[in-house]
Amino acid sequence: MLTSTTIEIRGLSKTFGAVRAVNDLSFSVPPGTVTGFLGPNGAGKTTTLRILLGLVRPSAGTATFSGTNYRDLAHPLATVGTALEASSFHPGRSARDHLAVYAAAAGIAQHRVDDVLTQVGLAEQCDRRVSGYSLGMRQRLGLAFALLGDPGVLVLDEPVNGLDPEGIKWIRSFLRTLASEGRTVLISSHLLSEVQQSVDRVVIIRKGELVYDGGIAELEGVPSVVADSPRRAELESALVAAGTTVRVGDEGLTITGASATRIGEIALRAGIPLSRLGDAQPGLESAFLELVQDREEQQ
Amino acid sequence: MTTMAALPGVVRAEYLKVVSVRMWWVLMIVLLGYIGFTAGVLALAFGGIGSISGTTVPPIPEAILPPLIYSVASSIGYVFPVLFGTLATTTEFRHQTLTPTFLATPRRGIVLAAKLAVTAFFGMVYALVALVASVGVGAAILAATGHDTGLGQGDTWLMIARIVLAMVLWAVIGVGLGALIPNQVAAVVVVLAFTQFVEPILRLVSSLSDLTGSVGQFLPGAASDALVGSSIFTFLGAAGGSVTSLDWWQGGLILLGIAAAVTGLGLFTNWRKDVT
Repeated sequence: MLTSTTIEIRGLSKTFGAVRAVNDLSFSVPPGTVTGFLGPNGAGKTTTLRILLGLVRPSAGTATFSGTNYRDLAHPLATVGTALEASSFHPGRSARDHLAVYAAAAGIAQHRVDDVLTQVGLAEQCDRRVSGYSLGMRQRLGLAFALLGDPGVLVLDEPVNGLDPEGIKWIRSFLRTLASEGRTVLISSHLLSEVQQSVDRVVIIRKGELVYDGGIAELEGVPSVVADSPRRAELESALVAAGTTVRVGDEGLTITGASATRIGEIALRAGIPLSRLGDAQPGLESAFLELVQDREEQQ
Repeated sequence: MTTMAALPGVVRAEYLKVVSVRMWWVLMIVLLGYIGFTAGVLALAFGGIGSISGTTVPPIPEAILPPLIYSVASSIGYVFPVLFGTLATTTEFRHQTLTPTFLATPRRGIVLAAKLAVTAFFGMVYALVALVASVGVGAAILAATGHDTGLGQGDTWLMIARIVLAMVLWAVIGVGLGALIPNQVAAVVVVLAFTQFVEPILRLVSSLSDLTGSVGQFLPGAASDALVGSSIFTFLGAAGGSVTSLDWWQGGLILLGIAAAVTGLGLFTNWRKDVT
């Protein structure tokens, strides 16, 4: 299931009336990686994905699969599988018929319908009308549609949205399976924590513009240590004298440039008792929030 | 798959869309009942009771009685293929199924072509069902009341063939109309209001003078009746005023023109729009 398809977004812009939904956006998704596509609601994620899939016309720029527009793909569903946020089902149609319709349209063998229904765990309920489905079942049916053509590339828009904890657990292991099969996955979410465990890379956008594109470890920034003492001011000057960078907060001192062990030594040598010492909690979510927050809001 | 080679699969997909939900046969059963009932009432009124002396029903020439009753299939039943076609398109907008549809077939023109083909097929099915009702009930009553059923004449069968053609064209018009008015409720209201209210009134009013009558013959329903060659509306209008009717092929061309116009407009407006 290895694929050599790269998703390429180049200088993409989209204006709806006076609203600039996407503004000169460029990034790429290398083959065989799982990339999180993040940003707050209304950041332009869905618009970007819909342009990529030929559903929305861009105002400028291109969004292609290794240089080919979606509408020019020889076998679209067998190249790219898609699960978009909107629940695009006819409520009076069964899950099996829903998939059979699009398998027929895309020239995919009908036995794939049963294959994917089993794969997402809907085989038992597939002859019921979709109107009776829970949100979780609809999400699974959306994923079944994405897998219909056994594609090497998957584009999933907010697949975790609205799922219960069990559904979230299921989809995480499902994503890991897809990734281990070597598929390229682009998965959007407005919450980093939802996809954090599943992705290799993240692309973060805010107001239609790119704010981060890179590894998830780099997003976290430089590791830091939290320390505190009943004699906080003395500890601060000792640490500064030792050449570390210190930031004073409510919780104590946040130190970069030294390990926890080194900070303990500095305090011991200065004879300052410590009331707290430890590595700072991963700053991933706060780093993410800082990136996507309004500049005005931050002030 | 990006070219017309994909068409057979897309046609099959559009067919599956229709038969996998209940709407098509619910509409078909209503059509069967409605046309059967109307044909029965007309056959009894003009054929049965009309033959009893002393009633107020005007006598109708024996020769035009069977086509008048049989053509109820299209003169009254045409709203059913229009509704079918309109729903086939608007349901895609309403339930956002255009998204998976265009993902599977990114060339939107192919999807519309397949939908037109499948809807035309169901227009034919509806025509046959409506004819079973109008000819079945009508001929049975005519025969029982001692009238000629007209079924031995080639002209009757030619008219039946033209009824099928008219119903197919109406179904196609429905698809285009749905693309032009994607809001399902609005589209259904427009179809019902126009066919059941606006057009009958316009036809009645236009029959009041020669000048308006020459305009009224171009109304869609009038053109359809001209194509078929017989209609209870034309008959009633002619009884009260001035009605001129087009030749059958002219009526057919007008319906075809309307179908091409609404489908073309729908294609280049809403069908090509961003799917958000």
